[in-house]
Parts: sequence; C-alpha cells; structure tokens
Amino acid sequence: MDKNYLNIIRSSKPAQFGILLIVFLLLYNLVPHNEGNYFWRLPSLLAFIPIKLNEIIYAALYEWFPLKVWDPIFEMYEEKAAFREFTKSISKGLLFLITFVRELLLGGDKIIDVFVSDAWLKDNDWMTWPALPWTAATVGAFLLGFQLGGIRLALLGGIGSLYISIFGNWVPSIQTLSFVLITTPICFVLGLSFGIWGYLDRKVETALQPVLNVMQTMPQFAYLVPIIALFGLGDHAGSIATIVIATPPMIRNTILGLKRISPEVVEAGLMSGCTKTQLLFKVLIPTARRDILNGVNTVIMQCLAMVVIASFVGAKGLGLNLKIALNSLKIGKAAEAGFCIVLIAVILDRFTKAWANKQVDYFENLTFFQRYKLLIIFGTSILIFSIIAFIANGYFDKINYLYVIPIEKGFTFAHYIDAAVDWVWETFFYSLNSFNKFLLTEVLGPMKKAYLGMPVVATLTLTMGVAYIIGGIRTSLLVGGMMLFIAMSKYWDRALITMYMATFAVIMASLNGIIVGSIFAQTERGSKIILSVCDFFETFPSFVYLIPVIFLFNITDTSVLIAAIVYATVPATRYTVWGLNSVPLSLHEAGTMSGVSRIQRWTNIEIPLAFPTIMLGVNQTVVFTLQMVILGALIGTEDLGQLIFGALSRAQDGPGVAITLGLFVSLMAISVDVIVRKWAEERKKALGLA
Amino acid sequence: MSPTISCSSVYKIFGNNAQTLLSESGGNVDAKKFQEAGCIVGVNNASFDVNQGEMLVVMGLSGSGKSTLLRCISRLTDATSGKILIDGEDICLMNNKQLIELRREKMGMVFQNFALLPHKTVLENIAFPLQVKGVTTENSIHKALEMVELVGLKGRENYFPRELSGGQQQRVGIARSLAVEPDIWFLDEPFSALDPLIRKEMQDEFLRLQSVLNKTIMFVTHDFDEALRLADRIAIMKDGIIEQLDKPDNIVLNPATDYVRKFTEDVPREKVLKIESIMDASDPHASGEIAVKKDDIIETVAEKILNSKEIIKVVDDKNSVVGSINPSKVIKVLFGG
Repeated sequence: MDKNYLNIIRSSKPAQFGILLIVFLLLYNLVPHNEGNYFWRLPSLLAFIPIKLNEIIYAALYEWFPLKVWDPIFEMYEEKAAFREFTKSISKGLLFLITFVRELLLGGDKIIDVFVSDAWLKDNDWMTWPALPWTAATVGAFLLGFQLGGIRLALLGGIGSLYISIFGNWVPSIQTLSFVLITTPICFVLGLSFGIWGYLDRKVETALQPVLNVMQTMPQFAYLVPIIALFGLGDHAGSIATIVIATPPMIRNTILGLKRISPEVVEAGLMSGCTKTQLLFKVLIPTARRDILNGVNTVIMQCLAMVVIASFVGAKGLGLNLKIALNSLKIGKAAEAGFCIVLIAVILDRFTKAWANKQVDYFENLTFFQRYKLLIIFGTSILIFSIIAFIANGYFDKINYLYVIPIEKGFTFAHYIDAAVDWVWETFFYSLNSFNKFLLTEVLGPMKKAYLGMPVVATLTLTMGVAYIIGGIRTSLLVGGMMLFIAMSKYWDRALITMYMATFAVIMASLNGIIVGSIFAQTERGSKIILSVCDFFETFPSFVYLIPVIFLFNITDTSVLIAAIVYATVPATRYTVWGLNSVPLSLHEAGTMSGVSRIQRWTNIEIPLAFPTIMLGVNQTVVFTLQMVILGALIGTEDLGQLIFGALSRAQDGPGVAITLGLFVSLMAISVDVIVRKWAEERKKALGLA
Repeated sequence: MSPTISCSSVYKIFGNNAQTLLSESGGNVDAKKFQEAGCIVGVNNASFDVNQGEMLVVMGLSGSGKSTLLRCISRLTDATSGKILIDGEDICLMNNKQLIELRREKMGMVFQNFALLPHKTVLENIAFPLQVKGVTTENSIHKALEMVELVGLKGRENYFPRELSGGQQQRVGIARSLAVEPDIWFLDEPFSALDPLIRKEMQDEFLRLQSVLNKTIMFVTHDFDEALRLADRIAIMKDGIIEQLDKPDNIVLNPATDYVRKFTEDVPREKVLKIESIMDASDPHASGEIAVKKDDIIETVAEKILNSKEIIKVVDDKNSVVGSINPSKVIKVLFGG
C-alpha cells in the first residue's frame, strides 16, 4: 500500500507539485515573523562582498603595480598605478575617436587642436573644420539607402534625416550617431574575435557561456558606477558601458553562425588545400556572414537602447535631451527626442539588414562613372550645398539655417503632445486614477505584502523544490545556491520586491503574448503581420516605453509594471507565433479529419506541440521584464533597481554595491532560465522534437 | 607498378580510450564489446589496394563506416591505427604542411550535399582550390572556365549556388574537385541527394568524364545498383568490416556472406554479368558469322544471341576468338533455373 503511493508520487509531477505547495504553505504560515529567527530571514553573512569589491577596485586604481609617470606640468616623475594609466589611455583614445567623427560632421576645431598649439589656433581662427550642411547629409542618407535597398530605403533615409534636421534635432542626433559609429566597430571586432576563439576551442566556449549569461542579464545600470570609477565621466564612459552590454550578443551570434556551417563545407575547404588561416577567413567567416551581420544589427540596436542610460555617465546626444525632458516631466519634448531615437534605430536597422542580405556582384562590367555614380553625386552635392551655405553666411545674420537648424528654432510638435496629454489627463483622470488605485490597493499591494511576508525557508523550499521536480538534484542545488547567495546579503527584502514586480509582469506579459500570438498565428497572413509588428516594437529602446506610462499613471509601481508588460509581451508573442507555425501541416490536417473544432485544435494539438518554443519565449519575457523593472528606478521604485540607481551618487562604496546588486538580478534571471530551459528540453524530448 | 592507394589494417574507433582498447584487443575488434566500453567502431581492419585508373566503389548502408573509411584515406579524420599509403607514402605520418601540399596537388573530393561556398559564384567556387594554392586570379579563372565547360554549365558562370538546381550544384562540386587536376578523386555519395532521373543523368555524365579523365577513384554510395553500374570493383561494408571486395559480376555470382546475398538476390543477372562469365572457353576455334565481345553485358546482346540459328563466337578486344556461347546459358540467366 505504502509503496503504491510512493510510486504514484514518483511518477506523477502534478502530485509532486501538490505536495510541494502544501509544504510551502505550511512553512509560510508556521514560521514566526521574527528578525532573530534564521528561518524567517538569514543573517547577512555575505554583507562584506560589496565592501571587498570596492576595496579591490580602488586598490587596482591607486595602489597596485605603481609606475613612474612623467608629469609635464610639475616636471617630475610621479607614482601612478599601472591599471589607472591603462584605463586613462583607453578613455582618451575613445574620446578622441568619438570627437573625431562628431567634428567631421558637425565641424569644430577640437581635433585640429590636438595637432597644433593652442596659441596658434587662437591666432588663426579660420582654422576650423566646416560643418556638413544638413541638406547634403540628407542627400547622402537618400543615396546610401538607394544603394542598399532601392527606392524604399532611399525614401526612409532621406525623409528621416530631413525630419531630424528641420525639427532641430540634427546636432544631438549626430552626437548620438557618432557614439554609435565608434562603439559598433569596437563591439564587432571584440565580438568576432571572442566568437572565433570560442568556436575554435571548446574549453573557451564553455568558459564564455556563464560569463555571457551573467553579462546579458545584468541590468545596464549596474555597470555605470564601476565604469565611472574606472574611466570617469564623459562620452567615452557611455561608450564603454555600451561595449560591455552589446558585445555578448555579438559573440553569441558569431559562435552560432560558425557552428551552423555544415561540416561538409569545412571539409570541402580542407580538401581544397586551405591552411588554417585560409579556412578561417576564406571559408568560415564568409559562410557565416549573415549570422555575423545580424550580430552587428543587434549591436547597433543595443547601442541605441543604451543612449539614455549612457547619458547618466556623461554621454551627450538625444539620450541626454530625453533624460532632461523626462526629469522635468516635459512629455512632449521627451516624446520628440524618443521619436528621433526610434527613427534612427529604424533607419540603421533596415540599412544594416539590407546590407547583410546584399550579395556582391563581381562580374558587373561597369565603367568608372557607372560604378561610382552615387558617390560622385554625393560628393558634388556636398560641394554645392557647402558653397550655397557659405554664401548664405552673408544673408543670415546670426544663425546659418543652411548648416544646422538649432533645436529651439526647429519645428516642433511637442506642444501638441503636451496638449493631448493634458486632454487625456483631464478627460480620463477619474477612470485612470481609480484604475491605478484599484490595481495598487487590491492587487499589487497585497501581492507585495505576501512576497515580503514569505519566510526565507519557504522561498528556498519552493524554488529548490520546483527546480528539483523539473530538473533533478543538480538543477535544484544550482538554483538553491544562487538564491542563498542573495538571501545571505542584506538586500533580500528589496530582492523580494523585485521578484514580486517581475512575477506579476511576467505572468501578464506571457498571457498577453500567448493569446495575441495564438490569434494571429491562425493564418499565414496574420503571422506575418504580427511578426513585423514585433520587429517594429523591438527596435524601440526600452526606456521609450516609460514615456507614455508616466503621464498616465504617475510615478507608481503601476507605471513601471505596465511598461514592463508591454515591453515583455513582444518576445512572448513572437515565440508563440514561431511555436504555433512550427506545428506540421500534416498534424493540422490529421486534426481536422478527426473532426476537432478550432478551440480543440488549439488546446489539444497546437499548444502542446508549441509548448517548448513558447517556454523559451517566457524565458525572454523574464529577462525583458527584469530589465524594465530595474530601469523603473529611473522614475522611482523601491526595489533593487532603486538601490543600484542610488549607488550612482555614492562614489565611495558605489561600485561594489552596484556590481553586487546587478549580480543578484542576473542570478534571479539565470535561476528562472535554468529551470525553464530544462522544462522545455524535457517537453521537447517527450514530443520527440529534440 | 605499386597501387595508388594502399590500406593495410586500418582501424577507426571513436571514443576516449580507443587507442588503449585497440592495442589490448590485438587487432581482433568486437564491435559490441567496444560499445560497452563507450567506443564506437567506425572502420574495422580494412585492407585493400586501389590501382592507378581504377574505380573502387565502397557500398554500405548508413552507419556501415563507408564515409569514415573515405575520410580516413583523405585524412579528414585520423585513423586510429593502420597504414594508408598514397603513391607509397604513409599519409598518417604526414605533418600538416605535407598534407596541405598533398591535397593541393593530388586529391579532389565531391560531397553529398555539394558543400559549395554560398558567398561565391559558380566560377569562384571552381577557382577556389586554385586560388588558395596561390594561382593568379587570371589563370585560376581561365582554368575554372575550362572546367565549367567540361561539366556543361556554360552560361551559368556568374550564378550563385542558391540559384542552381541540385544537379547543377553537384556539377559545380565536381568541377571544383577537378580544378587542380588531381590524380585521386574521392566522391562521397555524390548523387544521393538528387532525385532519381537526375541521378541517372549524372551517373552517365560521370562515366563520360571518367572515360576522358581516367582518374583513380574511390566512390562511396549506399545504392547497390549505382555501385554495379559504375564500379570496376566493389567493397561491401557492414559495421565497419569489408564483407566482400570483388568485381561486380563476381559479387553477384558468388556472394561471400549472407549479408551480401541479400543485396544480390534481386539483381537481374543479365544486367550485371558479362558474356565472359557464361561463355564456353574450351572451344577457342568456333567458327560462325556472328560474334559478340567477351566484355558485353548479357542483356545488351541477348536478343542477338537468341535470334541466331548458329553457334556464336566470342571475341576479345583484339577480335581474336576466345570461345563460344550456348544460347541455353543465356536463357538460364534470363529466366533463372
């Protein structure tokens, strides 16, 4: 009899989950809420970690490996730490490059100043690089678009830069663009090198995997404080933060692309007599070209997603403008800057995708003029517009509109947006406010309380139990270890708040995504439409989602959660559509011939088969949600994000705290990832899809 | 003259401690025992020669080790033990530089799924082995154009692989493997990914090429009919062991094992056997007007023999009489018994 029960429990996962739930509830209710009780909260044994990290960072900066460095001002040798000299030279180099691109387009004399003396420059004030007139730049964007993807991309590029120019966003846009143009190639080279290394050496790949996992799940904010400590404030700091965040996807894309090459192609290369170098550069990389260029596309998107965050460490451009507008609650201005960022993102996205899919035609038999037609037109237009702009100097007295339209003189639609916001606010104030209130007091408040009222032993039992049932003892120990790490810090309560927000948003976003995805995936046309909608939304940098919700719901948890839900619905929808579309047609037909209704087909055939793919979407949803919840600190929340954000203004112990907290968020995401991935794999195996 | 390819006691065993297990077994490898120890036997004691200008077809079902054997001989994988001589030199002992040299000068290989470089055009793909060797662009393109003509792809030089049909892609693969004018030609199931009609056409094309080029060939296939059509000699493999290695008609007439018999049972004899195998050689002075050649396949001359009223003489290449043939033997081959 007893054995029978045991067998049932051993073979039935629902029974195991049931028992786990009962144990969890018992622990929840029986463990007394009392600070001295270790079942309630663990002692903060690991509180030394951030302090230690800080010590290491500062020791590296000021004490280790001292070098004698010549100080030209005091004309003497000074002891300086090698690491600091190293970070300084990186900063200088990056800043020079960014300024170089910036001045190339906007004009100025900073770069010239590097090569000549200050005094000489002052005496010769004609010695300044002229700005590129926006008119010529617009022609350039049009021609580049035409070269890459015909008239459609030409119009996108041309109209886009025309809009940016006449609405007065030319200068900040170029500042942002120069940032992207310098950061992207660096990410590309780093990502490609590490990717190739990982592909060639299995050990390197295994070592890279966890590092990449942590890097890709760390909230972007967490990097900022250490970067300020190491590199100081400025455009270069923003660039470095972006490099840290955008390189991992490049590495992954490179490894993925190289691994996808069929072994026969490698063998064909070898049998053709390639040396190792020839194999790499003539066979492997060109064959993986599309995946690698898709990686470049991801890098560019990440760069643009980072512009606002980078402005916290001193990067200039649209991001800074948006941040300032948001801080003073000027929704219209913020929306305008946000729109420009989205526009640049869309243009760069389409351009790079077109470039990735373009094949070179080696056998075109063209004359010199035919081949370089577009370049010649561009060169001529620069010349003509520059001359016109130069002549116009005499006509305009202060501002030469033919070079740059400054932001306060450009067209604007900010006041329309502000008026619309006011109107919405006045018209729907009551209903919005009561919805907000209802959500806060009836749903979010109690949920938060329930999470905070959870004894640590109950939390650990639940997470480890779920991990055990799904993935076995190793998964359970892994997840348990990660949770324990967080629980033994002094930030457990904040972490619980982050968890509550993330749970709520993940559930809502997944439900939305699965429902929307299922509806659209019913027809081929619908799938196509919804996938391109997802593409469109994915080019939005994450913080753009915060703009509309702030004015609708003020600075509350609701705003952040709604932004997170909307943001994270995109991957859930995308993966649902992918999953449903991958259900073989023959199974649809078999279902139809068995006489199932549409709903039956959905519940009995489509969802079970698409389940593993949908779970991977949920995985993405978790990462997206956590990013947004942490980003929510920007507008004021009280979870881990707020502490990370707060660390920005605490130079002394900030770096250590920020890294530790960022790591916590990353560990949460990885815990979920480990469990969900295992689950999806198991289902795949059960369905014979693996 | 020494054989072009010569293998003796070649083993390929996958797994971590393959080397030790193999030396312990003393060459007597039992696949099952090895599997229990975590090793998979790919090639088990293969010894054979391929002569200059000969076509050896290695036939086996999937997992029989035929592709592994081919890859050992091209050293795309390293054999666990054994000697593989190419023109008298052991390739297992060659360093990387010598190996690259060997592949650049002497070897060409065709792959099942074509393995063309997707970013290069037909012409560039074919010129690729020449270019990695250091031939100038002009010369390599010139040579590639010759190859394009040889495989009948004229007019498609500037197409990309994705714009070609399977048969056309394999023609490019063939042209690429021949561009360096190799002595030894490896073909790994070259026609398996093609549909039956195209396959037949490509086999004919292949026979035409071989009659012009006269390379030393190792051809891997899982299709017994293909092996019979093309081979000078066939090696039939199962579980890494060569079950039988012989001329096609001998395999059909005298299958060495039950496994080989399963393949030969349904093969129509008249399509495989030559007159030589049923002629009466004891009568070298047979007279008569009508003659057949001793290398003729029975099916192609059966009608001629059966319609004739008189004794038919069999002649060799030089037209001297080597025997006679009795129509009853032809009838026996055609209708069994």
